[in-house]
Amino acid sequence: MGDPMKIKATLQDGVTEVKILMRHPMETGLRKDESGALVPAWFITEVSAIHGDRVVLRAQFGTSVSRNPYLAFRFKGGQPGDRVTVSWVDSKGDRRSDEAAIG
Amino acid sequence: MADVRGAPSTAAQPGAPGKKALPATLTTRARPIALAWACAAVILLWSGLDLAVAAGGAAAPDAIDAAIARYHEMLDEGNPAELDEQRGEQLWKTAAGPAHATLERCDLGRGPGVVKGAYAELPRLFADTGRVQDLESRLITCLTTLQGIPESEVVAKPFSTDSARSDIEALVAYVAGQSRGVTMQVPLHDAKEKEAYALGERLFFYRAGPYDFSCASCHSSSGSRIRLQDLPNLATTAGAQRAYTSWPAYRVSQGLFRSFQWRLNDCFRQQRFPEPVYASDATIALTMFIAANANGARYNGPGIKR
Repeated sequence: MGDPMKIKATLQDGVTEVKILMRHPMETGLRKDESGALVPAWFITEVSAIHGDRVVLRAQFGTSVSRNPYLAFRFKGGQPGDRVTVSWVDSKGDRRSDEAAIG
Repeated sequence: MADVRGAPSTAAQPGAPGKKALPATLTTRARPIALAWACAAVILLWSGLDLAVAAGGAAAPDAIDAAIARYHEMLDEGNPAELDEQRGEQLWKTAAGPAHATLERCDLGRGPGVVKGAYAELPRLFADTGRVQDLESRLITCLTTLQGIPESEVVAKPFSTDSARSDIEALVAYVAGQSRGVTMQVPLHDAKEKEAYALGERLFFYRAGPYDFSCASCHSSSGSRIRLQDLPNLATTAGAQRAYTSWPAYRVSQGLFRSFQWRLNDCFRQQRFPEPVYASDATIALTMFIAANANGARYNGPGIKR
């Protein structure tokens, strides 16, 4: 159960733009800590966004994505007040799901 | 259609173990933050200084400036500082400490509980403590008086590390974010406020340490850079306005949110000065000098830095 995401969804000319900030260490597994020991890999592997019963985005993340990732995407459709639900799963099997209303 | 900020998190890789950037005699007390990432960074930074300043007037400065501006624009969108603001707001509104109280009665200068616009008027003199205080020293006052947390505990870990996030820094993010768009109006009415400003000005120009450095060594000329980072001229209104209104900020290379006290602390380290005491009168005075120089500008923070 990670920290909450920050999601903004705005509708303009029939296109909904979704901006997502995720809190995650996104450890690559290549970094060493102060004592010289490798910090184990720990990163988001999958992100998905659902509008109504439609999956509007499915993404695979890897270690090249920065810590606290930012993701923006657009999809056609959506009405003001509709919920957009964003979920991620990480390499430890931890998951987080948050939603926002289209404004 | 999708944009992902792609700086790999290995950018925050700490230096090799056992490699110390500073002789131990230069630090007056144990550092609360890991020296780790600092080792590599400080060496690069210092070797880069002469080159960057010397190359300031190179071939096509306009093209370089435009490219740097574009890079900053790309960073601006999706600033993870918003996550810290979110966390700070939670902390602000959640009862905690032995007194089991929230911080919602905290007086940041505009009356108990008023957060909006408070950061744009700090530092200022507070009647109840009789001190000029910046945001962080004022948060210490609130955490100790309202929530009853011992001061030693509050200031034990003021700066976030990879493994432990600082609550004060999150509170700073929340409070500063509530001044976004507000005009900087740091008061210089009371004698103590003027005294703090004057002390800050002296500290800013005060040369000391093994390199005979002062803040002014880097921050009192215009148009200089360290590598791709502009060195703001904090002695001018325009320079102070641009710099101060973008702090506190999220540092992409560290993956952490950083407060203004952290900024000063790290500047002291880069000057090879002894570590300043957290939220001390000296650091507040320096903050006062830079913040008051920024008066009249629109506050833009929390910002995002490389």
